[in-house]
Amino acid sequence: MLISKKVQEMQPSGIRAFFDLVLGMKDVISLGVGEPDFVTPWAIREAGISSLEQGLTSYTSNKGLYKLRLSVSRYLKNRFGVEYCPDEEILITVGVSEAMDLCLRTIINTNDKILIPSPCYVSYGPLTALAGGLPVYIDTQKDGFKLTPKNLEKHIDNKVKGIIFNYPCNPTGVSYSRKELSEINKILSKHKIICLSDEIYGDLTYDFEHVAFPSLTGAKERTVYFNGFSKSYAMTGWRVGYVCGPKDIIAGMTKIHQYTIMCVSITSQMAACEALHSGKKSVDEMKREYRRRREFIIDGLNDIGLTCHKPQGAFYAFPSIKKTGLNSLDFAQKLLQEEKVAVVPGTAFGDDFKDYIRISYASSMDNLKEALVRINNFISKRKR
Amino acid sequence: MDEILEILEKDARSTPEEIAKMLKKNPKEIKDKIKKYEKEGVILKYKAVINKALACDEESRLRALIEVNIVPQKDVGFDKIAERIYSFPEVSSCYLISGTYDLLLVVEGKNIHTVSSFVAEKLSCLENVRGTTTHFLLKKYKEDGVILKHKEENKRIAISY
Repeated sequence: MLISKKVQEMQPSGIRAFFDLVLGMKDVISLGVGEPDFVTPWAIREAGISSLEQGLTSYTSNKGLYKLRLSVSRYLKNRFGVEYCPDEEILITVGVSEAMDLCLRTIINTNDKILIPSPCYVSYGPLTALAGGLPVYIDTQKDGFKLTPKNLEKHIDNKVKGIIFNYPCNPTGVSYSRKELSEINKILSKHKIICLSDEIYGDLTYDFEHVAFPSLTGAKERTVYFNGFSKSYAMTGWRVGYVCGPKDIIAGMTKIHQYTIMCVSITSQMAACEALHSGKKSVDEMKREYRRRREFIIDGLNDIGLTCHKPQGAFYAFPSIKKTGLNSLDFAQKLLQEEKVAVVPGTAFGDDFKDYIRISYASSMDNLKEALVRINNFISKRKR
Repeated sequence: MDEILEILEKDARSTPEEIAKMLKKNPKEIKDKIKKYEKEGVILKYKAVINKALACDEESRLRALIEVNIVPQKDVGFDKIAERIYSFPEVSSCYLISGTYDLLLVVEGKNIHTVSSFVAEKLSCLENVRGTTTHFLLKKYKEDGVILKHKEENKRIAISY
């Protein structure tokens, strides 16, 4: 057998065929995109270009450029009051995706359980399994997609090593206040569970200030904090992120990183330095634009009968399509074929979410307006 | 700046109802505010930004930037003479600036002759105009924040997680 058992056991995504259908079709309004519709702000692109002109084309330290780690450290201190030492507690990675893989491989012993509130980002379960762990999904549907202390406690036993906690959440946009986070932190702390806190959408929080998990009292020594430049600075294609945590975990992760990745592209690291240096204004502008779109799309969806919780962050809405009587994959396929609007079926984010679709509002206001008209057509046709 | 203005500056076609949705406000409130802005002259005008190079306009126009040195007048400084100059319909913009000259004009005309006759016969003859320097505009790259290049297609992958 050519292929290892582990890889054979990885679930192929059930909606791959649907994705191919979308990619093969022209003139589609896509609300299925998981990245900003803005281009990276010019000052950041310019920093990448000028680093190439200067001839900066070599490897960097495995951990990443010191000046970038220092900037990350300063940013986190100013923004959240959390102090991470740039030498030992910060690693620059190829986005959060790589960092998550490294971290899971670093902390998991065979058959350790990892809790994953769901619906969740697609990679968490497969990466946990690849690292030899057992993903345990916590369905949050009944609580408005929020992880409650009660629900969390129900899933804890002595095999649980960590939890992958993503807020604001892809696909639901749900986020948490300091009070809610503190309650979760208390439980994790009581059971000595490591929190893998994926806060990639943290800068895109609309109704209150984002609270970083490690800034909670007593949380830092059990928390691995993941962030990056992709979403807030519209830098998805640069593939650069960072991870901060206790120094033994970071050291473990760096061991794997040095053999698999060596280091992140220096061009991207130079651009990321500029992002932290001058990008705040652009982030604020994009955030204002997303917030306006959020109000517009959530109202619009509720008006046409796709009930929807108001997301507090990221750029996703996760409306229920239950009333249409279609399951999420059928809904998405028919909507694509009949009205040329692409959305992601809820089942992409967990088997239990066949009554939902994910709508991304990282798309121009004109597109959102037109898409709402088309979705309304689609639903009205079915009512008759 | 008020977010209503930010939205309208980006897309003047946004209706009060749409803006109300985006900002979670009452449409009436938005309508009243826009009316107030129009009345106060905060909002001066709504217009489309047209790339004239692509509009195949037979009367496509030539633009010139003209630096003007003037002698300020007693009591009114530059304002009076500026008014005499910007009132010409050929002048599309007029700025008072610091530095080696005083007024910067953007002048539009059908061709080089109309622009030069404006300079020679109207502008230079004004009593307080001491001298002018005319720069003809060769190519426009960006204007009022808009890059004048045909929009490239959106290259994002149409669907992703």
